[in-house]
Amino acid sequence: MFYREAGQFKTSYTADMAVFPILQDRIGIAVVLVIAAVIIPLFGNDFLLQAVMTPFLVFALASIGLNLLTGYTGLLSLGTAGFMGVGAYACYKLTTAFPGVNVIIWIVASGFVSAAVGVLFGLPSLRIKGFYLAVATLAAQFFLSWCFIRVPWLFNYNVSGAIEVPTRTLFGVPVTGPNSLPVTRYLIVLAIVVVMTWLASNLIRGRFGRMWMAVRDMDIAAELIGIRLLHTKLLAFAVSSFYCGVAGAMMVFLWYGGAEADVFNINQSFTILFMVIIGGLGSLIGSFFGAALIYILPIILRIVPAELGVPLHAATVEHLTFIIVGALIIGFLIIEPHGLARLWQIGKQKLRVWPFPY
Amino acid sequence: MDLLYKVFIDPFLQMGGAPDLLVQTLWDGLVSGILYSLIALGFVLIFKASGVFNFAQGIMVVFAALTLVGLYEHGVPAYLALAITVVVMLGLAFSVERLMLRPLVNQPDIILFMATFGLTYFLIGLGELVFGGDPKVMIASELGLPKGAIEVKMAGGFVSLQKIDIAATVIASVMVASLAVFFQKTRIGRALRAVADSHKAALSVGISLEQIWVIVWFAAGVVALATGIMWGARSEVSFALQIIALKALPVLILGGFTSIPGAIVGGLIIGIGEKIGEFYWGPLLGSGIESWLAYMIALVFLLFRPQGLFGEKIIERI
Repeated sequence: MFYREAGQFKTSYTADMAVFPILQDRIGIAVVLVIAAVIIPLFGNDFLLQAVMTPFLVFALASIGLNLLTGYTGLLSLGTAGFMGVGAYACYKLTTAFPGVNVIIWIVASGFVSAAVGVLFGLPSLRIKGFYLAVATLAAQFFLSWCFIRVPWLFNYNVSGAIEVPTRTLFGVPVTGPNSLPVTRYLIVLAIVVVMTWLASNLIRGRFGRMWMAVRDMDIAAELIGIRLLHTKLLAFAVSSFYCGVAGAMMVFLWYGGAEADVFNINQSFTILFMVIIGGLGSLIGSFFGAALIYILPIILRIVPAELGVPLHAATVEHLTFIIVGALIIGFLIIEPHGLARLWQIGKQKLRVWPFPY
Repeated sequence: MDLLYKVFIDPFLQMGGAPDLLVQTLWDGLVSGILYSLIALGFVLIFKASGVFNFAQGIMVVFAALTLVGLYEHGVPAYLALAITVVVMLGLAFSVERLMLRPLVNQPDIILFMATFGLTYFLIGLGELVFGGDPKVMIASELGLPKGAIEVKMAGGFVSLQKIDIAATVIASVMVASLAVFFQKTRIGRALRAVADSHKAALSVGISLEQIWVIVWFAAGVVALATGIMWGARSEVSFALQIIALKALPVLILGGFTSIPGAIVGGLIIGIGEKIGEFYWGPLLGSGIESWLAYMIALVFLLFRPQGLFGEKIIERI
């Protein structure tokens, strides 16, 4: 009744091609942005900002990165955390080498380093496919995390072997390091994620996105209609690693405030792959849903017994969380193999014709 | 020049200089190769029969070993515990088929792959909840596995062979041989191969897919139990084993996803290559290259033979 496009006429192609052609969608996204940018920083406490929203956005960005590669181009990758690590370490090296330049510039710039590494490890994708490619990306994952431990140059030869985020300011306000406020960091993460999501949504609607999807659907056929496979696949690796690299840099600089190599281990890669698949392969909004489900759900599960006054040991809660998350993953896949994004679409469709069944 | 010397000449001089060390390294590689092969075998069994890339194989190894040790700690005699564990793995196979595979039939591979991820999480949680997360000692001697080492005089020195490793080698060989016979000679084995070739054709000649899936998952469970016992006896039973199980992936790549002999040969190549690489070339790069060397070997290998050593040739049609 409320959500339908009846009566909204388009008078130009540009209007017809808009990201949100329906007025209600535009209102919806505006409301979400206002909540995210104004209401949460104003009323949220530090726990919500620091331990829920910031990580959620970081994971969402990493999921978008992986989704561009796996969901849109059809190249399965298990090296996401490795590429995130490249971003984080590159950002650390850059900001310690050139402390005068603003750290936000370096966070974004480190994505390019990550993209270069991604292209390097993407080279085998021309010859190998499917699970075989997944193992090739595992090589990247293990090699990179070995580098993070064994190459002291990466963490400036400090004894702990960990990277510690120095304090950097923007207009006199500390944005990274121990003195920065969670609110500041949250807003920066939010800004970067919103801009990069918008870029990604335009990218996949344009020529490159269509090339990627053609390759995903059938690469030989795509080659026959004149898409250069090498370029397309490597571009997908580059863009995907760029997103993952920025996400990794944000993770260390704006969330953790310091990290060891172990943060970027194989389990992190799997977690992000989870988010992408549960959220929905080939869907940007799905990346957000997936990140929310996989990251926020365990937090809620941990809080619930304490809130209800059920006396459970912390370790038991941890184990139960594993069991519940595992069962939920299987459950979601059985109910809707195309992920939460498809559920969202079905819901929207139902809403359009409501109160009639069709 | 110096670097080239260190990479291409020095390691071989070392090998020639101390042949007993070389033999020892080869043996260590062989043994870990066999254990990789056993894990890979579990993957191959399930992949062949259901096309599912079972990520949970690693945690199944841990889970089986934990169940065995956990039961023993609760006072169940060792052999009875072994029998009960086998029954548990059968139960697991049944529930996986009922609750996971059957509702997901006909879904794309990646969805099934993800579902086994869910299974992994579930089993990690369940295993830790029931048996606790601490590493446990495998009840090797109670199960009649030998202990200690034999010193063999060989190649101008002594090579020490752990008895448990020899036992592992023998058990693995027996297992592979019996699986091969099972696949080639028995009625169920033929049905399994038929399912592997084509689900639809197998269904049309009256083979029950459900039954076959239970059987392969059970077989993979038994393989997991054997792997768990062997690996547990060498180190200890802990959840870290699950990461080691990822090493089975390069093995699968070398051997091809559908070939049992491939899993064995691939495992041996990876195991030996890794140990030799770590021992002779590792110090050049700083140690620990074992963690990624196997994947790199597989990666280089893939560039030349994308379908693995024994895999079927990939033919693509439009």
